Amino acid sequence: MTPQMTTGIQLDGVSRSFGEIRAVDNLTIDVPQGSVAVLLGPNGAGKTTTVRLITGSLRPDAGSISIFGLDPVEDGQAVRQRCGVVPPKPALYDRLTGRSNLEYAAMIWDAPPEAIDEAAERFAIDDALHLKVAGYSTGMRTRLALARAVLHDPDILLLDEPTAGLDPESARAVLDLIRELAGSGRTVIMATHLLHEAEGIADQVILMGAGSARAAGHPLDLAARYMKDPVVIIDAEDRQSLSSLESRDGVIGTSWNGALHMTIESIEILPDLVAELVNDGVRLTRIEPMAATLEHLYFEMQRQLREQAPPPGVAQQLPRNPKGSPP
Amino acid sequence: MRWGKVWTVARIDLHRLFISKDYWVPMVILGGIFFVFIPWVLLGVVTRPQSISVVQQIGEVLTSLPGAASENIPGDTAQGRAAYSLAVFLLAPVAIVVPLTISSAVGAQAIVGERERGIGEFLAHSPLTIKEIYAGKLVASALPGYLATLGGFTVYAFIVNLRAGPMVGGWFFPTAGWWLLIFWVVPPFLLVALAIIVRLSARVQSTAAAQQAASLISLPIIMASYVASSGFVLDPTLAAAIVGSIAWVLAIWGIASGARAINRERLLGVGTGN
Repeated sequence: MTPQMTTGIQLDGVSRSFGEIRAVDNLTIDVPQGSVAVLLGPNGAGKTTTVRLITGSLRPDAGSISIFGLDPVEDGQAVRQRCGVVPPKPALYDRLTGRSNLEYAAMIWDAPPEAIDEAAERFAIDDALHLKVAGYSTGMRTRLALARAVLHDPDILLLDEPTAGLDPESARAVLDLIRELAGSGRTVIMATHLLHEAEGIADQVILMGAGSARAAGHPLDLAARYMKDPVVIIDAEDRQSLSSLESRDGVIGTSWNGALHMTIESIEILPDLVAELVNDGVRLTRIEPMAATLEHLYFEMQRQLREQAPPPGVAQQLPRNPKGSPP
Repeated sequence: MRWGKVWTVARIDLHRLFISKDYWVPMVILGGIFFVFIPWVLLGVVTRPQSISVVQQIGEVLTSLPGAASENIPGDTAQGRAAYSLAVFLLAPVAIVVPLTISSAVGAQAIVGERERGIGEFLAHSPLTIKEIYAGKLVASALPGYLATLGGFTVYAFIVNLRAGPMVGGWFFPTAGWWLLIFWVVPPFLLVALAIIVRLSARVQSTAAAQQAASLISLPIIMASYVASSGFVLDPTLAAAIVGSIAWVLAIWGIASGARAINRERLLGVGTGN
């Protein structure tokens, strides 16, 4: 999806603390209308607080928020009417049936009654609407929560860890549904700490850490910015024999993650490196130039950001690139 | 305030209560004990010919009342006068105890219970205003107790008239004082208690703590209702009118200040919400 130029959601220097804990710290993000932004970061990065600030459920201590030109603090009711939210826990009435959950949500958001069956069908939960939610699986709950979130045809979808607790199959089904929603022109913000969930969905990835946006941009732009040096995955029968690679010309660094991940200055030097290894008697089992996945991008961004400006106390909270000596 | 939305919030809670046997079965039992079992037994004892000593004791109590009050008690016999007094004066506080007990159980969970179940997040992100949510919770808390009281009051009227009516010259209940008690005094007492309980429910950390707080709130209000009911002996109509008026003022103040004490942050369970 190509982001439009119209500004949809803007947070400018927003901060919010709970006691002495600063959950969101001088956060500035800009999500154009009709685009999909993924808030990516570890637990405690401030993603949920950001979602709550966007709907006006929380008031910022500082900064300003604009949702399609509305201030969620002043015009909270109008903003929330335009939002569909899937919280980390689906927040459903367990003792009621799926249909009752949707009916009451429809009453609250003034959605037409026919939207209930349409939404349920869309998320493949229509067969279970007559059952009490207490008997639903985690996947069914998430699908019901998604159906509830789109009942009133919201302009903005805020999905906070929508696949939390789901098995891989259900998670994939939910992500497919989110892709479908994203393709329908809605502005979507998805908070997650699972990198693969953002792949193929995000128009913009906002890397969050310690409550602020550490980096933001389209995944390809971020890859160009943070992953200039090519990475090659390499493995051998005797892994110790690869330990000399780090000291060779053109090799910037190495790390272990199942196999050796070698960052090199240019892909041009790879044939010579391989030839040298073969001459040294190393029996190679794998050589593979690595595609820039979001996961690699994430860890590379984290590494570079830590090196550039390590804020006190933040480094410990951020996941580190697994690095060490060969196993 | 959009009353349709208030009713939606209340409907959700009432729907959940209605399908929860673990809630309404004890409620029916409680109402049955206070409005059926106790009056049936007590009036049965008083109206038995063998209960001379009990009747005498009640008669002695009645002679200590001011002249005007004791003269207003109808009945030609001591038994009739004792049965009338029992039905009209002594069991009046029951009308407060039952709705308070039932409603405070619901009110105590109104906010903290939603938070614990994760529903607070759903309400916080909804376009409902805080006043609509608060009013809906108040209605959902008050209705079960009050409806149980109305039902119990109807059954109680039948029991009283059947048991004591023949001794005081026919059906005499409800008296003017009881009509006022049920429709003028009980509602504001209930609302005062619930305004405080729902407010506390937003502030405490757990349902258990809310239940404890609700008990503390209910106790003085039940005691106040006993004190008020003693005034019924002197002049039931005047006492009910005065007590009810004071309680309505307190109820309106309590509801208004209670609405201000709740906000979305309390629904989410984050920070102090101030």
